[in-house]
Amino acid sequence: MRKQFCDAMVGRSAARDMVFLTGDLGFMALEPLAAALGQRFVNAGVSEQNMISVAAALSRSGFETWAYSIAPFCYARPFEQIRNDVTFHGLPVKLVGNGGGYGYGVMGPTHHAIEDYGVLLTLDHLRVYCPVFDEDVPVAVEAAAAWPYAAYLRLGRGEPPQGYEVPAYAPWRQLVSGQGKTVVIASGPLAGTYIAALQALPDADRPNLWALAELPADPATMPPALITQLQAADIVCVAEEHVANGGAGMGLATLFLREGIAVRRFVHLHALSHVYETYGSQGFLRRKSRLDPQSLLGALQHGGALT
Amino acid sequence: MGMLVNNSVATAARRRLLRMHHESGVGHIGGNLSAIDSLLVLFHECLGSADKFILSKGHAAGALYIALWSSGRLDAARLASFHKDDTLLPGHPPTTGHDDILFATGSLGHGLSLAAGTAFAQILRKKNHAGLPHVYCLTSDGEWQEGSTWEGLIFACHHKLANLTVLVDHNGLQGFGTTTEVASMVPLGNRLRGFGAVVSEIDGHNLDAIRSACMARVDGVHVVIMNTVKGKGVSFMEDRMEWHYLPIDAARLEAALAELEE
Repeated sequence: MRKQFCDAMVGRSAARDMVFLTGDLGFMALEPLAAALGQRFVNAGVSEQNMISVAAALSRSGFETWAYSIAPFCYARPFEQIRNDVTFHGLPVKLVGNGGGYGYGVMGPTHHAIEDYGVLLTLDHLRVYCPVFDEDVPVAVEAAAAWPYAAYLRLGRGEPPQGYEVPAYAPWRQLVSGQGKTVVIASGPLAGTYIAALQALPDADRPNLWALAELPADPATMPPALITQLQAADIVCVAEEHVANGGAGMGLATLFLREGIAVRRFVHLHALSHVYETYGSQGFLRRKSRLDPQSLLGALQHGGALT
Repeated sequence: MGMLVNNSVATAARRRLLRMHHESGVGHIGGNLSAIDSLLVLFHECLGSADKFILSKGHAAGALYIALWSSGRLDAARLASFHKDDTLLPGHPPTTGHDDILFATGSLGHGLSLAAGTAFAQILRKKNHAGLPHVYCLTSDGEWQEGSTWEGLIFACHHKLANLTVLVDHNGLQGFGTTTEVASMVPLGNRLRGFGAVVSEIDGHNLDAIRSACMARVDGVHVVIMNTVKGKGVSFMEDRMEWHYLPIDAARLEAALAELEE
């Protein structure tokens, strides 16, 4: 999604009072943005804490301010700067983390970001945007920019099946429809990885698959069709490339209770760990966490949702 | 620019500071007394309407509030609410409530980067360095043990932020020992110069020296190491670590005020 992100930012740069900070990352991706912004593209160096405080100050001075790094470096090291300098002051700094979840797979556990949005969602008014497909990125950028407080844009790699017609960006989107009494809700690009496996199921068993692209989940934007499906479902499964604590699953479970949506059975598939005995690609680590399509089908089968 | 700060102004400020801390029963008095002379000079004499100040050593909020009050930027009624319920003046600078307080600080190691970003924003706006609003930042000496402070200095020096002056309240005492014993940065000046700062060292209680250093404009980031005394002005507090923490009771307040006759 980096190319789409860069293109979107270049598009925004001409007409806006924007400063873009990077923590020395973006090689072979952000050069067009650097050219477009000139002095307002700032490589802050390998100093994430300083970058976020500088971003807060630039925002406080009236600039539209974006701060970019790879996802694990974007929020963990400078968390106190994000909390104290940005969100305490209600400043609309836009944080951008590339490679959310296990996106940097075989690079090792230091490069995984599987508690990023859970941590950030503890902060006042901060909103998280998880584009599902590459095509979502320009709209997600605009949505993050329009949010009047701090935002975190979690970039990954869109993985729709070949030939799939990507629906227009929305906080909630139905990606697969079926008559099965199961609803699967997945956040970010992980949702796209389930499309083919679920489409291959017989219509009578096929779950309804929804993609969630914004957190915290907003009940006001929940489509009525989703609410109807949730209330009729035997199983609701939430899947996310994020640890259980603080993740979308917990947020949705609370939302369902608060909104009086009676869910009969709740299954949560989530990232299990930073640390494994062996390492591998994003796909390998998704399998280790039982987040891959076959594991999803297995979980649904085990729950009696598939015949 | 307001009136020149003299010994009488500084003494009156110290007296009010001590009373305020007594009334609120709150500590951090020692580091307030080491910083207050520089804050008075800044707010009375140096800060123009477009200039900015960031208190990185947020535990000197009491001295900041006193300097704002002394320079006519904060009224007495609000000052009297210091550290009480429903106040806009908590023990460390707040997020909102006063135009001269840009950022809530108190966790050390944030202020220099915030100041550098503010100074950098002025450069982006003005396109050239001539006549830029000036940004001042007051740090403690202990907070130079924070890596983020050095990150801020690297950024500031790299961008040649000549509109940034960093004051270091070098009183030599930190939370649980002297700065030399705990994690020495001696010689601090040389280390700062090594990062590219233009460094001055002054007596941080000499009003003329503070004035000259704050008004000086140099070719780069100006860091002013102010050699100060924790608890300055009250003999039983001077250079005593416990006055980082202790509140002041009535008897000690009386004794301190007797030493600070106007």
